[in-house]
Amino acid sequence: MLTVRHLTKSYRSAQEDVAVLRGIDLIVAAGESVALTGESGSGKSTLLHLIAGLDEADAGEIMLGDVAVTRLKDPERAALRRDRLGLVFQQFNLIPSLSVADNLSFQSRLSGRHDQAWQGELIERLGLSALLKRYPEQLSGGQQQRVAIGRALASKPALLLADEPTGNLDEDTADEVMHLVRDLVSRSGCGFLMVTHSARLAAMLDRRVHLRAGLIA
Amino acid sequence: MRRALWVVAVLLSHWRRHPLQFATLMIGLIAATALWSGVQALNQQARTSYDRAAAAFGGTRTPMLVSPSGGAFAQQLFVDLRRAGWPVSPVLEARVQIEGRSVRLLGIEPVTMPPEASAAAEIGTAGAQAFIASPGQALISRETLTELGLRDGATPTLGNGQQLPPLKLQAALAPGVIVVDIGIAQTLLAMPDQLSRLLIGKAKGPRPNLESVTGQQLRLVQPESETDLERLTDSFHLNLTAFGLLSFVVGLFIVNSAIGLGFEQRLPMLRTLRACGVSARQPNAVLVLELVMIALLAGAVGLVCGYVIAALLLPDVAASLRGLYGAQIPGQLTLKPEWWLAGLAISVIGALLAAASSLLKAVRLPLLAAAQPYAWQQAQHRWLRLQGGGALLVFATAALVLWFGDSLIAGFIVLAALLLGAALALPVLLGLVLAVGERSTRRPLLRWFWADSRLQLSGLSLALMALLLALAVNVGVGTMVESFSRTFVGWLDGRLSSEIYLNAASEAQAREIRTWLAQRPDVQAVLPGSQAEIQFGGAPVQINGLPDHATFRDQWPLLDATPDAWDRVRDGDGALVSEQLSRRMQLTLGQSVTLPTPTGPWTVQVAAIYADYGNPKGQFTVNIDALLSHLPDSPQTRMGLRVAPENIAVLMDAIRARFGLDGRNLADQASVKKESLGIFNRTFAVTSALNAFTLGVAGVALLTSLLTLSNSRLPQLAPLWAIGLTRRQLAGIELMKTMCVALITALLALPLGLLVAWCLIAIVNVKAFGWRLPFHVFPLQLVALLAIALLAALVASLLPILKLVRMQPADLVRVFANER
Repeated sequence: MLTVRHLTKSYRSAQEDVAVLRGIDLIVAAGESVALTGESGSGKSTLLHLIAGLDEADAGEIMLGDVAVTRLKDPERAALRRDRLGLVFQQFNLIPSLSVADNLSFQSRLSGRHDQAWQGELIERLGLSALLKRYPEQLSGGQQQRVAIGRALASKPALLLADEPTGNLDEDTADEVMHLVRDLVSRSGCGFLMVTHSARLAAMLDRRVHLRAGLIA
Repeated sequence: MRRALWVVAVLLSHWRRHPLQFATLMIGLIAATALWSGVQALNQQARTSYDRAAAAFGGTRTPMLVSPSGGAFAQQLFVDLRRAGWPVSPVLEARVQIEGRSVRLLGIEPVTMPPEASAAAEIGTAGAQAFIASPGQALISRETLTELGLRDGATPTLGNGQQLPPLKLQAALAPGVIVVDIGIAQTLLAMPDQLSRLLIGKAKGPRPNLESVTGQQLRLVQPESETDLERLTDSFHLNLTAFGLLSFVVGLFIVNSAIGLGFEQRLPMLRTLRACGVSARQPNAVLVLELVMIALLAGAVGLVCGYVIAALLLPDVAASLRGLYGAQIPGQLTLKPEWWLAGLAISVIGALLAAASSLLKAVRLPLLAAAQPYAWQQAQHRWLRLQGGGALLVFATAALVLWFGDSLIAGFIVLAALLLGAALALPVLLGLVLAVGERSTRRPLLRWFWADSRLQLSGLSLALMALLLALAVNVGVGTMVESFSRTFVGWLDGRLSSEIYLNAASEAQAREIRTWLAQRPDVQAVLPGSQAEIQFGGAPVQINGLPDHATFRDQWPLLDATPDAWDRVRDGDGALVSEQLSRRMQLTLGQSVTLPTPTGPWTVQVAAIYADYGNPKGQFTVNIDALLSHLPDSPQTRMGLRVAPENIAVLMDAIRARFGLDGRNLADQASVKKESLGIFNRTFAVTSALNAFTLGVAGVALLTSLLTLSNSRLPQLAPLWAIGLTRRQLAGIELMKTMCVALITALLALPLGLLVAWCLIAIVNVKAFGWRLPFHVFPLQLVALLAIALLAALVASLLPILKLVRMQPADLVRVFANER
């Protein structure tokens, strides 16, 4: 479902170009969950951002199904994210002006893929029933991350991308959230690619890919 | 000391990292100081001129002796008083015609003139000899010399044929006055051994009772703290001050916004400083010190800008004051050191006022709570609730003052309370409207649109308040000026009913012209006019004399009249009273009024009340024959001529050729109307300029708020971009949000502006000028202002929106980076 070929990316620093990704090849099958691990600066987040179309690669190819993400223009990449991807970040990145209920349904309604029954199930499974009228600032970190996961899955994406989704949570809450994500991902049948530093969390997923200095180790 | 410097350096580093915020703070303070100081410079310039006029050669600032009737008296009384030990100095004063212009001729005696009347200083010891000895000197100011088109040393001829001694330029002399030795003045005016008044010096010493020397022939007049001119122009300057204050407040909104954000962003820094062992008091003291330094810097720049604004507006202000009140203001700006000091002080006071709430918050908020991202916002919400309560309180105050107050100050208090209350209520009202919008839709983007607009309110509310105030004042003043303009044009048509107006150089020439006109078949009627001035109710009042003629009966703009008003006027026992005089003295139809005249008290009945726009003095209009019998010295040089339109040009040419009258003494109706409308327009040119400045400052406030907000908006916008909205779409939505809140603000400003217009027309104008205008609403003007408001919002939004459109994905991605 996701195929990455010979992907490279470098950033220009004050003095020189710094190569962050130096020829990445990666495949994630439909329904497969993959952990992307590596040291700080190894290029994990950059790879995730390129797959999500948040940034542009220097060379190489990213195919999501039959769509060549790397050949899309900015508006088309935006449509791809809206309709086929779910994104979860460490900083939660909820919309502070909307209630929990509105945050949850935001992307699914935007993409026209809102399914009330699926959303109800997500709310139930994520334990958000009592929090629907609250605003992000009134939630704990774990609660906010559960809302972010619910928002990402509510539109039934083909691929869920998560960048250190439990990085801001304590160990118990992180485990709880990871179990939830794994169950919900398998229920929805989407692929799952997660960036993490934690070997313990990586072990919960089907496969682990390690990045070192911009290359798959 | 080193620690204090370190704290200063740490806190100042905030501005280095946020140069735009620093620029916003400076712009706000500079704008506030510049507009306030500019207006104060104009007021100070005018007041200095009034003082100069009042103090020179014993104006109303010196105690004096005059005859009970106000007329001339014998010089022998001066001799008697000097012999008795009274430190008196003689003055003879009259108006004379030079080059067709009316000028005040003042005869003085420099040797006995009290030093405080400034004669000695202005003439000088060496100059006294030349001033007194033949042929003498006629001291004149530069402005009067220029106005008369004469040169230093010229010896112009007066209207009565007498020749003045050589003119001598005296820079410090008040405009409109010519000063000669008293002996020369008595000869020029053909008033030998006659005096107008005796100035009393401050010299102490035994002196007998006044009555024991002069009997009832003289009365003592105490010096006035305020001259007639100051009284008349008070309302004009009050209006200017009100505008200056409004601009100052609008500027402070920007300052408050910048300081509020600066404090919010520096709260984590303060926490860190505390954690490093800095006392709680030290950072707060440094913050205040930093603010004072910034205010002094901005104040200095603001003063320079204020000077430029004042210099640009001065010609219009001077023209307005000359046209409306006859006040002569030099066209060059000279300012006292106090102005510069006051400007710096107002900048510091303004900055401290604008920062007061932020300083209090910084002092009171627990440092740990302050570091939480929403603590400041929660404090803002509490502040909003307080604002709502404050607005209600201010509106209640306005209602009470409106009910019980009855003065110009009360009018301005109502206006200020209305504007302040509306500004305080604005965020609450906007929040309500946006909440209704949010509830009315289920579509996700629209819900976010409304909800996020609400979230942005706390950051934008001050700029929107500034926009609301600027728009409301624009609507209010615009409606008043337009109402006035419409009324004024109609009124001019009624007042200027003769086709030609002329003013003869002398009474002899006036007689000659009347005889000549009587022989011309193209002249349908000659309507002579005369005017005198008396003191009535403690203020100067004009008495206008008109002949009994259908022209006046048909067209004079009466507001209220008894059925036989014109018959009573014709018979000499009735008078028409101007609206402002009737309001000030509470004169009603049928009421008897006694006018003090040189020939004794003159009792008339109020037969009608008429509109007399643009005239700061009260006015009685009576029959001309009655006027001349009670005030025989009134000049009879003016007249209006009724002529068929096709004969106007021919007749004017003939008068010019025969009597040498020029444009200053001879004018047709169209020219007089044009000149009157010119004065009218220049009067409001200053108001319009200040209006535009205020709107401009409000636009800058909106721009700076949006720019400041745009930097902190990324965390809110980036998730939407990540979810699938393009940067262009986000920019469009951001623009729509700004336009939406600006539109709501502008729509709220329209009714508020109309309320301001009503206050100006029904309260302020009536108290300031004494007349009430009909209230009109001008829908096109409102639509135009609405468009200007939206245009201002659009222009203010463009830069932040362009920044967003051009933002690199890398900048947005950074929001999601774990190591930010």
